[in-house]
Amino acid sequence: MTPPNSETGADDTVGENPVAENPVGENPVTDGAARQRVVNASVTLGAAVGVTALSFGLAAVSAGASVWQACALSFFTFTGASQFSAMSVVGTGGSVGAAFGGAALLAVRNFVYGLALAGRVSSNSEGRQLSLPRRLLAAQFVIDETTAMTTAQSDPRLARTAFWMTALSLFITWNVGTLIGALAGSVLDTQSLGFDAAFPAAFLAMLPAHLRTSRGRLAALTGAVVCLALTPFVPVGVAILVAVVGVLFGVRP
Amino acid sequence: MNLSNTELWFLIGALSVIAYLLKAVGFVVVGGRTMPASLGRCLALIPASLLAALVVKDTFTVAQDLVIDARAAGLVVALIAVWRRAPFIVVVVAAMAATALVRAFA
Repeated sequence: MTPPNSETGADDTVGENPVAENPVGENPVTDGAARQRVVNASVTLGAAVGVTALSFGLAAVSAGASVWQACALSFFTFTGASQFSAMSVVGTGGSVGAAFGGAALLAVRNFVYGLALAGRVSSNSEGRQLSLPRRLLAAQFVIDETTAMTTAQSDPRLARTAFWMTALSLFITWNVGTLIGALAGSVLDTQSLGFDAAFPAAFLAMLPAHLRTSRGRLAALTGAVVCLALTPFVPVGVAILVAVVGVLFGVRP
Repeated sequence: MNLSNTELWFLIGALSVIAYLLKAVGFVVVGGRTMPASLGRCLALIPASLLAALVVKDTFTVAQDLVIDARAAGLVVALIAVWRRAPFIVVVVAAMAATALVRAFA
């Protein structure tokens, strides 16, 4: 799980022998400070995501998953909105197919992120492509937060640091947070404490980032209306799948 | 929940496979290439449509029935919290607390 940190090693050498190791005239102090900022941001983001994971663990157990099932979702599926979506559909009586469909559709954005990250992360500081196993490992961490943190860095080395540090930080906090949340959920009275209300609140909290454009707002409104309109007539969870017609607002330029 | 333990494990497995494939196909296989702009715009709108649908499903439905119950109070509180740019956990806990309060007193 440890990110390939050959770059950090190179920096240490720069400090000891600046003339030989630093021919391009980079300032190692500034470089180190910039790297430190990226690392700090990754750790901070990881802490925030860990708290979200707590609520996922609680919500998953209240929806009927075991502690291990909640943990397996966070470890192997590792993409938050899809995990919440699957447990929401399952918890309200939906079928495997309906839960799978909605969660898989939400995961499609990771494909788009993969396209964006490939050029930034899949080679090392010498421009050589990472080994296939390492790229396959990196792929597991292609999610919202790593994409945001990586694409925010214009310097390619800082972008790679941002990707791996965010990946490591989030993977740890997401899984630890899920475990703690699930353990807490399994000993609490989830119904009377209103844990079912955690799902809509979580989805609502994820929504604003997607409402910044008028297209996004139309798509959201359509999704909500279609879902409510279809609910009485289709199996549980299927209305969610049909609600995806809201994306058709993206067809016209 | 209507699923057996085995079915839920099957769902978790299937979801993990598809989620990984979606991540890896873009990152490892296709890499760096672009897609038609209209397709890109549509894919970018998936979360808006689905998250909004999930919000109303989890607030206003029980199985196939449309209802207004204690969860609506939770949603109102969550809306205010999101509007005030509260952190994620504050939104969730406030919604849970409002729902629990309404259940306790209504």
